Amino acid sequence: MRLDDPNLKRVSPPKLSWVENLYLKQIVQGLIVTGKHMAGVAFFGTEITVQYPEMQHIPSANYRGVHRLNKDDQGRVRCVACMLCATACPAHCIDIVAGTAPDSWPDREKYPESFVIDELRCIYCGMCEEACPVEAIELTGLYDLTGLSREQMIFDKTKLLSVFDLTKDAEPMRYNKPPVGTPSTEVVSLHS
Amino acid sequence: MTFWAICLIVLKIGVVVGVSQGAVAYLILVERKVAAYAQDRIGPNRAGPFGLLQPLADGAKMILKEDVIPSYVDKPLYILAPAIAIIAAMIGFAVVPFGPVGATAPDFLDGSRIDFQIAPGIDIGILYVFAIGSLGVYGVVLAGWASNNKYSFLGGIRSSAQLISYEIPLGMSILGMVLLTGSLDLNSIINWQDSHVWGIVVQPIGFLLFLISGFAETNRLPFDLPESEQELVGGFHTEYSAMKFGMFFLGEYLHVITVSYLIVILFFGGWDIPFLLDQTQTGWFWAFMKASVMLGKVGMLVFFIMWVRWTLPRFRYDTLMELAWKSLIPLAIVNFIATAAIVQLVYS
Repeated sequence: MRLDDPNLKRVSPPKLSWVENLYLKQIVQGLIVTGKHMAGVAFFGTEITVQYPEMQHIPSANYRGVHRLNKDDQGRVRCVACMLCATACPAHCIDIVAGTAPDSWPDREKYPESFVIDELRCIYCGMCEEACPVEAIELTGLYDLTGLSREQMIFDKTKLLSVFDLTKDAEPMRYNKPPVGTPSTEVVSLHS
Repeated sequence: MTFWAICLIVLKIGVVVGVSQGAVAYLILVERKVAAYAQDRIGPNRAGPFGLLQPLADGAKMILKEDVIPSYVDKPLYILAPAIAIIAAMIGFAVVPFGPVGATAPDFLDGSRIDFQIAPGIDIGILYVFAIGSLGVYGVVLAGWASNNKYSFLGGIRSSAQLISYEIPLGMSILGMVLLTGSLDLNSIINWQDSHVWGIVVQPIGFLLFLISGFAETNRLPFDLPESEQELVGGFHTEYSAMKFGMFFLGEYLHVITVSYLIVILFFGGWDIPFLLDQTQTGWFWAFMKASVMLGKVGMLVFFIMWVRWTLPRFRYDTLMELAWKSLIPLAIVNFIATAAIVQLVYS
């Protein structure tokens, strides 16, 4: 960009009159603004604080929290062990061991014998969710993810499926319509 | 002076020091609450009901923390600086009347008067407070110097320049009141306002000047350039930890209380409420009424000072100096001359 560019729009500070230069009116206006906020919190309960352990913050519908492995209507894991999520994962936190599907599952060739996500390595980008062709892996709205050791934070298939059990009523499948009458997100504690 | 009179003064000092230190502890809680409310938060509410035990927790934390003295500091001055900050803020209270003083003060058992002032009858009260107030700058300057740290040093420099500049409008803004009341004694000023009108009515410009300079003198936002967390990483107290750091805060809040008392005494009539409280009332009941009225006014002013803190952004350094030298001081001179002329014409 050149300084003598004719398209350049030059902005100059507004000329203030003598009274405006005193800033008294602006100071009073500012005091009124903060005063309104203080009065709002003191008398009308307009504070936005969520007192965490007692109250739970409700994240927005597109919040990306703990993963879950979805089950189909027969209670089987939906995953077909195609490895697309593990390939898409920029943090390499997904480890899948594929096995031949049982004969009683005619709709697929493979299923995950083990499906492990290291929740500490995960950057919660949601690429796995986008990559999945069968909508098997999803990120839920659970955010209070804690553990006492690194091992506790490595989620295996059982744990990931149990996250689905925890959240299946609260959260809709991402790419389906939400069930009628259920709120789009609702908080379910991992620890309960 | 009798033995009992000395005992009484020691007792008064004890009460004033104890109450003001406790008040400061709770002012910090109030400050945090005001900050939170202005930002739509709740603020500290876990320690005790409504967070009322928070000052105790804070104090315990300050005392129990490791007191780090960096190896590169100028040790004697480094230790002296917070002491000066807090002592200069404390001894200013010696002449502040907390309630009725003189003829209206309540009687003690043996008939002697109990003045609500540590050193009653000092006729240069204001001068004393200003002198002590400017001593407070030594705490900041020495802390900045002794820390042997660029940022602290910059904070110290800013502080000295700022406080010296704002001493002038601070001193000149009260000259109008002094001319009108004809006294430098804080108590006579209150009595004059009781029998005439409040200072803010006759000296509105003086009040505004005193308020602005008072903010600057106490290093409160929008004039907290010596601290400026964003540019100077805390300024003069960067190298201080534990209770030494806490002492600077105690000093700052004590200054806020002193300045609030001065504003109340000079411009809001001290203990005076028109038609309710006047100089003819004596005895313990009225004495306590007057002391509480004064305390209430001071509380409101302290709240206002905090309110301003969470409203206005900090000045840039050159605009700060401009405000003092180009606006406040000429205005103070004009105000002083006008008041002097009116006093001369009306009273003579």
